[in-house]
Amino acid sequence: MSDTTDADKELKVDKQNISILNQRNTDSKSYRMHIRYESQLREPLVYGEKDYHQVTEDICRPIEAKPGRLWYVGFFIAVALLLFGIYSVTDEVIYGVGQWNLNKTVGWGWDITNFVWWVGIGHAGTLISAILLLFRQGWRTGVNRAAEAMTIFAVMCAGQFPIWHMGRVWMAFFVLPYPNTRGPVWPSFDSPLLWDVFAISTYFTVSLLFWYAGLLPDFGTVRDRAKTKLRKFFYGIASFGWSGSTKHWQRHEALSLVLAGLATPLVLSVHTIVSFDFATSVIPGWHTTIFPPYFVAGAIFSGFAMVQTLMLVLRKVYGLEAYITLGHIEAMNKVIVLTGSIVGCAYLTELFMAWYSQNKYEAYAFWYSRANLFSPYGWAYYGMMTCNVLSPQIFWFRSLRRNVSVTFFMSIVVNIGMWFERFVIIVTSLYRDYLPSSWTTYYAASIFEIGFFLGTMGLFFTCFFLFSKYFPVIAIAEIKHVLKTSGESYKEKVGNIEVQPAEEFAHEFAH
Amino acid sequence: MAKKTFVVGCFKEEDVLFPAVKKVRAAGYKIHDVYTPYAVHGLDHALGLRETSLHTAGFIYGISGTATALGFISWIFTSDWPLNIGGKPHFALPAWIPIIFETTVLFSAVGMTITFCYLCQLAPFLKKHHFHPRATDDTFVMVIETTAKTNIDELKGFLTNSGATEISVQYAEPRWWLGTYDREQQLLRDTSIEVA
Repeated sequence: MSDTTDADKELKVDKQNISILNQRNTDSKSYRMHIRYESQLREPLVYGEKDYHQVTEDICRPIEAKPGRLWYVGFFIAVALLLFGIYSVTDEVIYGVGQWNLNKTVGWGWDITNFVWWVGIGHAGTLISAILLLFRQGWRTGVNRAAEAMTIFAVMCAGQFPIWHMGRVWMAFFVLPYPNTRGPVWPSFDSPLLWDVFAISTYFTVSLLFWYAGLLPDFGTVRDRAKTKLRKFFYGIASFGWSGSTKHWQRHEALSLVLAGLATPLVLSVHTIVSFDFATSVIPGWHTTIFPPYFVAGAIFSGFAMVQTLMLVLRKVYGLEAYITLGHIEAMNKVIVLTGSIVGCAYLTELFMAWYSQNKYEAYAFWYSRANLFSPYGWAYYGMMTCNVLSPQIFWFRSLRRNVSVTFFMSIVVNIGMWFERFVIIVTSLYRDYLPSSWTTYYAASIFEIGFFLGTMGLFFTCFFLFSKYFPVIAIAEIKHVLKTSGESYKEKVGNIEVQPAEEFAHEFAH
Repeated sequence: MAKKTFVVGCFKEEDVLFPAVKKVRAAGYKIHDVYTPYAVHGLDHALGLRETSLHTAGFIYGISGTATALGFISWIFTSDWPLNIGGKPHFALPAWIPIIFETTVLFSAVGMTITFCYLCQLAPFLKKHHFHPRATDDTFVMVIETTAKTNIDELKGFLTNSGATEISVQYAEPRWWLGTYDREQQLLRDTSIEVA
């Protein structure tokens, strides 16, 4: 009984607080920051004794210092991979798609597998920056900048595959609906492949705008600290003359919020549309209505794994452990175990439906070509199951979620698993056509297909290394925004507020 | 625009800044702007700025994207080049939803970003007078516009009493000009007129 009265009382006080909060905007007496304090029960987002200037120093240091030897080693490996990729693609352009081991029925192999894999990785950045912004998840501030950069680079890599797969790549612009002298002949707007063109290019553009809008104030910070002429020149151009005016900030906030609102359905639509490439066909194994949600969950799953891989390296190399904390890593691991389990449910649902539908072609695709370990590609299916569904379950344990080495290892495992998933979906559905005469010999990638994939790895990491050297890898202004409510040293001082009875707090807060 | 004389007061704490803004405004001074290192919520209201209409612009751009895609695709598939795809209807609205949606988002995002840059006068190769180099680091910089009648010394004293840690008087151009930050540039010509 007494519990209910307490709860009622708290509710009443909460309502009171809300009315005070609402009042604040109009009440000229007490202008305050958005919230006065955040409970100590929540983990700090920034560790250590920091003030605004220290935040600037910490995040700008990697930009202003000379890169270490590890940076150069990594960068040159990435560039070497990129060059090998360029060689592989050049070979494919000169001699044709025949340089790849694709055949009569396996018309999509490593290329489209890699396309879907990279697009999937590209989903975490926008999820973190947009969806978590709308859900008011404070921890996104530490990782959003680098995650968005990852998104942009991953989408750049993804786009390469369908483009070069066209074979006669100099005609790639035929996919665009422009008035031409051939009729004009328009692309088919009913085709999922054209939807993909629109989805991927819109996604890339919007992610880039969102990312760059957020970068403007931080480039301003770097510009105003610049010592050399070259830095002043380049960061001056990059910052667009940002001054930090209150009106500009007001518009900047509005822009970020609306872009987040737009990017949220966008990120869900993009992988949905990618899944339509498969789901709208009549190939057993592809023709399933579960694909859109299942692909989106898988995309977030692999994207977060890649964010983990990059963040763990970044925080270590640049000494940013105070900003990308164990709390951040734990939060992302929770997303990984959730989405991994959703993907697991989707795998089981597919198997169930293949049996329940009593369609023998479906049954063959799912129960023989995939779930039978001794079928030609059974190994890929079980690799996928192990990496994506079973192994992430270790993240139900808090100590493992907060363990850096385990997280790093798992992030690699998940990305391998997700690559297997796309390979399984594409190849196991294609390699045995309806007629046994159309069954193909074992499809294995040629050196040029592998080289192309390694090349996109090179492209991705070349871009990421350059980003980490020349761009603020953490959103400086956003960290400053949450510093006084979520910084460790500021949280320590709110103990006396925490123990205050609610009425007293509300009373004091009003004055 | 001519150059003007500004009194610049720097603050280190939001808690000091907010009452200072209120006091300065109540005293009748005209605050040109407050430059802050991050988005300080509520400061726009404290300065008496109106809400931005950027959202509305975004909505209009979005709707125009929807209309463009829908109009364009229907014109092509029903009038310009009606293509028989497996006997399906020419006006295949459900199949166009993905592209219409993407175009809506694209128009809205691109339009809003360009509008944002236009309204804030932000562009590459554009230079402005920055009143304090640490306005993008850890300092809240309040810039007060003066007129011939303003008693500058009095205003400086007023700012000191309001908690400003650093005060200066600057004669500066408040708008942008073309230039880069590696050189000490001013406007090409000084347009201020000396009144005898």
